[in-house]
Amino acid sequence: MRPDDRKYLPSHEWAKIDGDTFVIGISDFAVEELSHGNVDDLVYCDLPEIGRQVVAGETFGEIESVKAVSDLNSPIGGEVVEVNRAIEDHLELLAQDPWGKGWLIRVKPTDKNTDHLLDSEAYEKVVVAAEKE
Amino acid sequence: MRETPLHHVHRALGAKLVEFGGWHMPVQYGPILDEVRLVREHVGLFDLSHMGRLRITGPEAVSFVDRVATCFCAKIPMGAIRYGLLCREDGNPIDDLLVYRSEDEVFLVVNASNTERDLAWLHEHAADFDVHIENQTDALAMLALQGAGSEATLGPLVQGLDLSSIGYYRFGMGTVCGIPNVRVSRTGYTGEDGFEIYFPAADAERVWGALLEAGKPLKLAPIGLGARDTLRLEAGMALFGHEIDESHNPIEAGLSFGVSFHEDKGDWIGAQALARIKEHPTRALVGITTEGKRVPRQGYALFSGDQRVGEICSGAVSPTLGKHIGTAYLPVSLAQAGETVDMDLRGKRQACVVVDLPFYSRTRK
Repeated sequence: MRPDDRKYLPSHEWAKIDGDTFVIGISDFAVEELSHGNVDDLVYCDLPEIGRQVVAGETFGEIESVKAVSDLNSPIGGEVVEVNRAIEDHLELLAQDPWGKGWLIRVKPTDKNTDHLLDSEAYEKVVVAAEKE
Repeated sequence: MRETPLHHVHRALGAKLVEFGGWHMPVQYGPILDEVRLVREHVGLFDLSHMGRLRITGPEAVSFVDRVATCFCAKIPMGAIRYGLLCREDGNPIDDLLVYRSEDEVFLVVNASNTERDLAWLHEHAADFDVHIENQTDALAMLALQGAGSEATLGPLVQGLDLSSIGYYRFGMGTVCGIPNVRVSRTGYTGEDGFEIYFPAADAERVWGALLEAGKPLKLAPIGLGARDTLRLEAGMALFGHEIDESHNPIEAGLSFGVSFHEDKGDWIGAQALARIKEHPTRALVGITTEGKRVPRQGYALFSGDQRVGEICSGAVSPTLGKHIGTAYLPVSLAQAGETVDMDLRGKRQACVVVDLPFYSRTRK
């Protein structure tokens, strides 16, 4: 089971409350879809500047593999207060620890409500359905 | 989705399989960039059994192909192969293909994604000709060996045919792994030396296994479609649906070598339209490279200052060049090596430079 200390978007991003802010990242399934188990296939991660306003459900950046680009969507709306720049030179962190060291951005939310997001059980169903495709 | 005779083999090898042209195909067995390097430095093995293989026979086979294809079929020497396209009256292509000429048949190799459409087109235009069209796609497996180690890998498995005597874009029939009448051509889609072989589908697994075994000391490994796409792009080769499609003609794509206006070819479909385009092309296909981090992708706009001047057809991470590459159509005036254009990524711009194709050439290192 994937971590139940956070909530998810169907597009495989997660948001974890941490004090006043949310930490946002992507799931191991998203990393696997992009890299097919080959971390060398990850090419680039485009993250926003601090201060950028993000909207819940909308794109805040992009992640690029050898063969494709995927949008990164924010589960939470608010202001970007921290960015994990380490990722940009160490994409392997996403494969090694997508739930912890592979975090992407920290957002100060305009609204702390997460009812619109999936809990880990509902997200598991999304993954199972995606794996069948 | 269709499956090739080697589908279970790819699964067993742990390949990532994706839908491609209606077929379930291996896109990679390991890291894509490693597979590209392996072909450039050693030798790779490809399952190409999804490609369309069409056999044209009958007394008017050659003149039929000369009517529907852009290359001059009657002028192809026996045992030789030429590149061409099937075009509509407006000069836009339906597909690109290789044409193999023998005494008693013309053998066409077409894209998997277009096989059904090509067949319908050929049948539509065969009414006026004494020809027979046979779809051999399911009957024949097709494998490719690409890379410097190709001849050393395949040679020991071949009888009745001297591989070293088959020149580039020529073919012969030989006995491969004990199977008679196997078509062996020195062709490929990577810019490396290599061979493509065609034999009964029932023997696919045995031949695949024999080649992997024979190629082990030469570091032979299976290569997927992901690496294949990067290899062909590095070699400056077009892919239907990218550099050529229903609105991108072969002349402006730089494929005039596959289009014959020889008067002896007779009236062929698309000739007048392509002759007009040749007189007045408005755009040209170029290569672009970029030192920036983002990879060029199909559909990204290209700008010269504030003016949108083109769009990317294909893009890739190129381990051979050590930078990202792509192709694009630009107005003829900007289609010169050294010109700079910017790639647009949702408003962010990344500098690119126009270069001549191909990016990589085995003979011009």
